[in-house]
Amino acid sequence: MDLIAFIFYIFAAITVASGVMVIAARNPVHSVFFLILAFFNSAGLFVLLGAEFVAMILVIVYVGAVAVLFLFVVMMLDINFTELRQGFLQYLPVGALIGLVLFTELVLVVGSWTILPGASTAITAPASAAGTVAISNTHALGQLIYTHYAYPFQVAGLILLVAMIGAIVLTLRQRTGVRRQSIAAQIARTRATAIEVRQVKPGQGI
Amino acid sequence: MAETGVWTAYGLPLAIIVLQIFAILVPILLSVAFLTYFDRKIWAMMALRRGPNVVGPFGLLQPFADALKMLTKETIIPAGANKVVFLLAPMVTMTLSMVAWAVIPFADGWVLANINVGVLYLFAISSLGVYGIIMAGWSSNSKYPFLGGLRSAAQMVSYEVSIGFVIITVLLCVGSLNLSDIVRAQEKVWFAIPLFPMFVVFFISALAETNRPPFDLPEAEAELVAGYQVEYSSMSWGLFMLGEYANMILMSALTTILFLGGWLSPIPFAPFTMLGPFWFILKIVVLLFVFGWVKATVPRYRYDQLMRLGWKVFLPLSLVWVVLTAGVLVTFGWLPTTH
Repeated sequence: MDLIAFIFYIFAAITVASGVMVIAARNPVHSVFFLILAFFNSAGLFVLLGAEFVAMILVIVYVGAVAVLFLFVVMMLDINFTELRQGFLQYLPVGALIGLVLFTELVLVVGSWTILPGASTAITAPASAAGTVAISNTHALGQLIYTHYAYPFQVAGLILLVAMIGAIVLTLRQRTGVRRQSIAAQIARTRATAIEVRQVKPGQGI
Repeated sequence: MAETGVWTAYGLPLAIIVLQIFAILVPILLSVAFLTYFDRKIWAMMALRRGPNVVGPFGLLQPFADALKMLTKETIIPAGANKVVFLLAPMVTMTLSMVAWAVIPFADGWVLANINVGVLYLFAISSLGVYGIIMAGWSSNSKYPFLGGLRSAAQMVSYEVSIGFVIITVLLCVGSLNLSDIVRAQEKVWFAIPLFPMFVVFFISALAETNRPPFDLPEAEAELVAGYQVEYSSMSWGLFMLGEYANMILMSALTTILFLGGWLSPIPFAPFTMLGPFWFILKIVVLLFVFGWVKATVPRYRYDQLMRLGWKVFLPLSLVWVVLTAGVLVTFGWLPTTH
């Protein structure tokens, strides 16, 4: 067994094990930590595939941003999880049934999946278009997204933007009586508007 | 025969890499120790004090006295703490601040791992720094650390966004994610000159990313006692400090590579251009001085002001600058050629 295969099995085993621990851990914060571990090992798998750009983006986006916000929310939750687990056996048959249905569907989809003959050449097209010079996978990805599939990529970006604006609009609430800091007003204050000199007579006050 | 084959294929390269790692980490740890001294001296001088001057000549052995003190103290673990996460947090902080050095080029070709996506690797590692603090804050099971941890999470995520855009601006001018390529692209002019506003934004964001004053809200002695560090003692606290100072050096090194021409000499002829690592270290030291200078002079930001600066000032500014840079590069045909 060569080294790459050995490393692959280590990463894969840790990914699967931490994936199991995400749902098995008693403490929800521990679940998030195991999720982070799973992300990390998936990034390792991407590196083994030679997709170093995707691996780094996975760490930056999922571990560096998404999981932080997850953790942020989960840490603030105040749920009694032992109480939540009381009805575990009661709901087990229903849960198992749903799991079985999903699993069957996945098997059917993956089993009937055929890759179009054109698709595989389209994926390798940018690499071969650049000539015999071996280009890094960042360049290949860039050419694929911004040259060959620029419009679908823009449309995907637009959909995400709409979703983001939608989320903001849905959660926006107008509150009255909020006193916000106005930086411009503070900077515009001068000596003339800010202070007033008064002559105070002794024993009288203002 | 088989054993010698394994040795030459895996054993020898492994031994060489381990030696190289030591050659990088030992100087880094030493410079972290002296950085604490340097920082305190700057701070003292700005306050017209003497600073550490008792242990050794000029107080130079103070960092070692501190380290010895921390090692001999008792590690206290609070009864209500989540023990594993509590002990894991300082280790995470320390490890992350060390692993990032793998991709830093000290001179032309002097780099442990010359990977294609060096900048992204550094960005990824620095964005993970927040976990040490969140884990510490949560696992302490105490109010001040928790508040410190939450603040830090929000702060680091906010400033990473503008750091990301600043890095994109530099990458537009370079056309490569490799750190050595970024330095070589600055042979004509250091990026600090054409991209000066981004240099300033990056440095201020680096202050926020390393939780240094004026952005040390996760610690905030005056209101949160010491934030996420409250429950830590002895070397577990020491690891946080080591990590924080190592991160300062790392962010200075990154600023040097992105904007100040890395190992390139400011005097472009023969005897000076040979001294690559010297220039690199000198630039880092200058930036570290500015870190200490800022700490000694600027008061701490209020939390809402910090958020405003990150989201309402730096983010729009860096976004506009990305578009502007791309526009200028395309208009004048200065786009770097792909290789």
